[in-house]
Amino acid sequence: MAPRDLDRAPRSRGQTEGVSRRAFITASAAVGGGLMLDLSLPLYARSSEGAMSRGPATLNAYIRIAPDNIVTLIAKNPEIGQGIKTTFPMIIAEELDVDWKNVRAESAPYDPRAYGAQFAGGSLSVPMNFEMLRRAGAAGRQMLITAAARMWNVPASELTTEPGVVVHKARNRKVTYGQLAELAARVPPPDLSKVPLKDEKDFRIIGQFIGGVDSPRIVKGEPIFGIDVSVPGMRYAVYEKCPVYGGKFVSANLDEIRKLPGVRAAFPVKGGDDLAGLLDGVAIVADKWWQANKALEKLQVKWDEGPSATHSTEGFAKAAAEIGKQPAGKTIKKDGDVDAALASAAKVVEASYEYPFIAHATLEPMNTTAHYRKDGKVEIWSPTQLPQQAMGLVTKTFGLKESDVTLHMTRVGGGFGRRLSSDFIVEAVAISKEIGEPVKLVWNRRQDLQHDIYRPGGFHFFKAGLDAQGKVVAFRDHFVTFGEDNKPGNSADMGPNEFPATFVPNLDLGLSTIPYRIPTGPLRAPQSNALAFAFQSFIDELAHAAGKDPVEFRLELLGEPRPPEVLQTRFGTQVGFDNGRMRDVVKAVAERSGWGKTQLPKGVGRGIAFYFSHQGYFAEVVQARVSPVGEVRVDKVWIVGDVGKHIINPAGGINQVAGAAIDGISAALGQKITFARGRAVQTNFHEYPLIRMSQAPQVDVHFLQTDHPTTGLGEPALPPVVPALANAIFAATGKRVRKLPIDPAELRTA
Amino acid sequence: MSYTINVNGQSRTVEVEGDTPLLWVLRDELDLKGSKFGCGMGLCGACTVHINGQPVRSCVTPISAVGEQPVTTIEAIGETEIGKRVQEAWLKADVMQCGYCQAGQIMSACALLEKTPQPTDKDIDAAMSGNICRCCTYPRIRAAIKDAAGLPTADTREV
Repeated sequence: MAPRDLDRAPRSRGQTEGVSRRAFITASAAVGGGLMLDLSLPLYARSSEGAMSRGPATLNAYIRIAPDNIVTLIAKNPEIGQGIKTTFPMIIAEELDVDWKNVRAESAPYDPRAYGAQFAGGSLSVPMNFEMLRRAGAAGRQMLITAAARMWNVPASELTTEPGVVVHKARNRKVTYGQLAELAARVPPPDLSKVPLKDEKDFRIIGQFIGGVDSPRIVKGEPIFGIDVSVPGMRYAVYEKCPVYGGKFVSANLDEIRKLPGVRAAFPVKGGDDLAGLLDGVAIVADKWWQANKALEKLQVKWDEGPSATHSTEGFAKAAAEIGKQPAGKTIKKDGDVDAALASAAKVVEASYEYPFIAHATLEPMNTTAHYRKDGKVEIWSPTQLPQQAMGLVTKTFGLKESDVTLHMTRVGGGFGRRLSSDFIVEAVAISKEIGEPVKLVWNRRQDLQHDIYRPGGFHFFKAGLDAQGKVVAFRDHFVTFGEDNKPGNSADMGPNEFPATFVPNLDLGLSTIPYRIPTGPLRAPQSNALAFAFQSFIDELAHAAGKDPVEFRLELLGEPRPPEVLQTRFGTQVGFDNGRMRDVVKAVAERSGWGKTQLPKGVGRGIAFYFSHQGYFAEVVQARVSPVGEVRVDKVWIVGDVGKHIINPAGGINQVAGAAIDGISAALGQKITFARGRAVQTNFHEYPLIRMSQAPQVDVHFLQTDHPTTGLGEPALPPVVPALANAIFAATGKRVRKLPIDPAELRTA
Repeated sequence: MSYTINVNGQSRTVEVEGDTPLLWVLRDELDLKGSKFGCGMGLCGACTVHINGQPVRSCVTPISAVGEQPVTTIEAIGETEIGKRVQEAWLKADVMQCGYCQAGQIMSACALLEKTPQPTDKDIDAAMSGNICRCCTYPRIRAAIKDAAGLPTADTREV
């Protein structure tokens, strides 16, 4: 699981790959097996904006200290609601030894020379940067101490720090960081690998409940999101693409459109074949966005829809049912002899599971402001999760050099993986290039839902055997996914470590593909968010078939703790699935929820599931009630997670974990994108419902803080909640949910 | 055509077509970008403003229907006593994740507390269910509303 999870991390496509991998993520094994970053990272490169600032002294790319002791700390990764603009400065502040009240957080400009990989994805911000940012802060502290030692002409070893001041105890004197900053900025930077770090017991900031640094601006409605960007002389645009993915422009009533109020230009844009890149479309540019969007109502386009106009959800399901009867096209993992074990099993259980395509539906629609200047220089303001990918796609699409493009990262109104893609960015650039003026492109909600980079649907055909004692002796999954010639499409894959692989002696994981031409990609906990539903639901079926309590059955399946595998991934050495850590979270969540000790009324049930993804161990219990007409309501979710030693900021951490669980429930209760004649059917939130206040459960979040490296938590809490809900519905009704989203008609008893 | 509306205590005149939604007048004519575009159909509540103190989805309210009625947006809600309390409660509970929906959430919460100073969980459900939070910060929104109302904030709903 470990390598697969990490391999799901966003790939920087195009020419930026060398930068992100070679120079910045040369990882090596650290004590305890965590990620340890290569400290040759160019920490001391001054960021372009930092270097130009006046007043505050720049100690390194992350630290500026002003004479008034205000410390500006840089968050290098995009802020998408995961709280990184708060978390990263907290880590630096801890080692720099300053009071949080004197810290001002700032988002970094896009500047890989100074900051290396800058992205929000894969729950990787903390594991990839925790150690490095501690060292950056400690290096700053060291430089301040050296500066004071020079000033007082005493050995640095006689000096120490208290928050914001260097202290010389022997002479009972102090000097503030603000007073020292100018001098410290001229001190040669220390060797990062040798700079002393704090004893973790002495952390004063890490582990504190600290509110989001931008929140005071958000409650006042300040314009800090991508959609709020305003540039002098800016026009507004919409961009309409063929409803069938990759369809080509033939003709349109553009003369009519050009006469509509406020419309400045209407023209076709020629695109390519990359479904996540610039596709054929029609741009309408107007004085105001509303005018451009209103003009869309009158737009009539003739498209050459191409071969995928035959795609339909029904057709996919029929194909899957046929393929599911055949042997898998490709083996993912094969242990022992499944057929022989099934033949001699005391009990054989067979079931098929299905989940739909879903959209990210970030609340801030896709948007970008771009200015393609006449001199060939391009400036972009965009809410992106992956600026390197954006830069790569822009330079490739328009034949530019990186030095021609300036990319400003704005706050992001929800990422969930959608803004790892840059389709909406190249569209804005293409429109600005055509009109020669700055333009703000904003998608409407229909375009957003119908041109997502979807979480792909999938089908699982399971067969498992239990022996007379109810032990799983054989396990088979034929995963029918989307792709070409048994090569899964983007985010449609399954790895060889999918649990219960290596925990059942005879196991066979295989896959086959249904050809498709629909853009797919990562959505919060990619693959895991779907695989967890299928596997942890089927495991629940096995528990019931074995006549065992679902918690006990899972603990038996997990077995006695054994040393985890050490795996080589493209992100360095990683520790694989640690069944001991998972046992602990399963036991803890059973305990906290009072599993098996609570009498529940008729129609109410509890389910459990666990899942390992993104290096995080999560077990969750859901209590759900099902009304006689089949309506599902989730009362409460209990979550226990183990993401290592530190919860850097419990304020954001707990919020995000609770949010991930409710997000998973939201998808399970009603979300699906269906296709007919090659196009997505759903147009807005009445057809693609997101969970609302009245449906949102209570969530009890608890962390087991273990002596393991600190890892990320934006994603791993999501996958287990979906099967825990399905299993709770089974406990409440005796009806097994094998298809998402949950259909109340299937659960109706009255 | 010319419309004069009363926004945050100021009289503002704009030249727009009469069917232009108030949201786009606020955002693109008056440079008040706190009210957000989410759906354009009154389904998500990100665009919620007050008209005459009532929560209204500005993305489906044409400028021609606003007339003289006072419009209050997130930019000015902190000038009211309830608005200030709600903003403070939001910060104390650290409600935000991405924060995009929160202007609308705060406007709905203020309208609720104006009418129902001590809301029950059911009142909160009813008043807040028109506002989607894609990050699912609902437990903290509930807690912040209770805190602003001076009620105990621990989530003690019966399960």
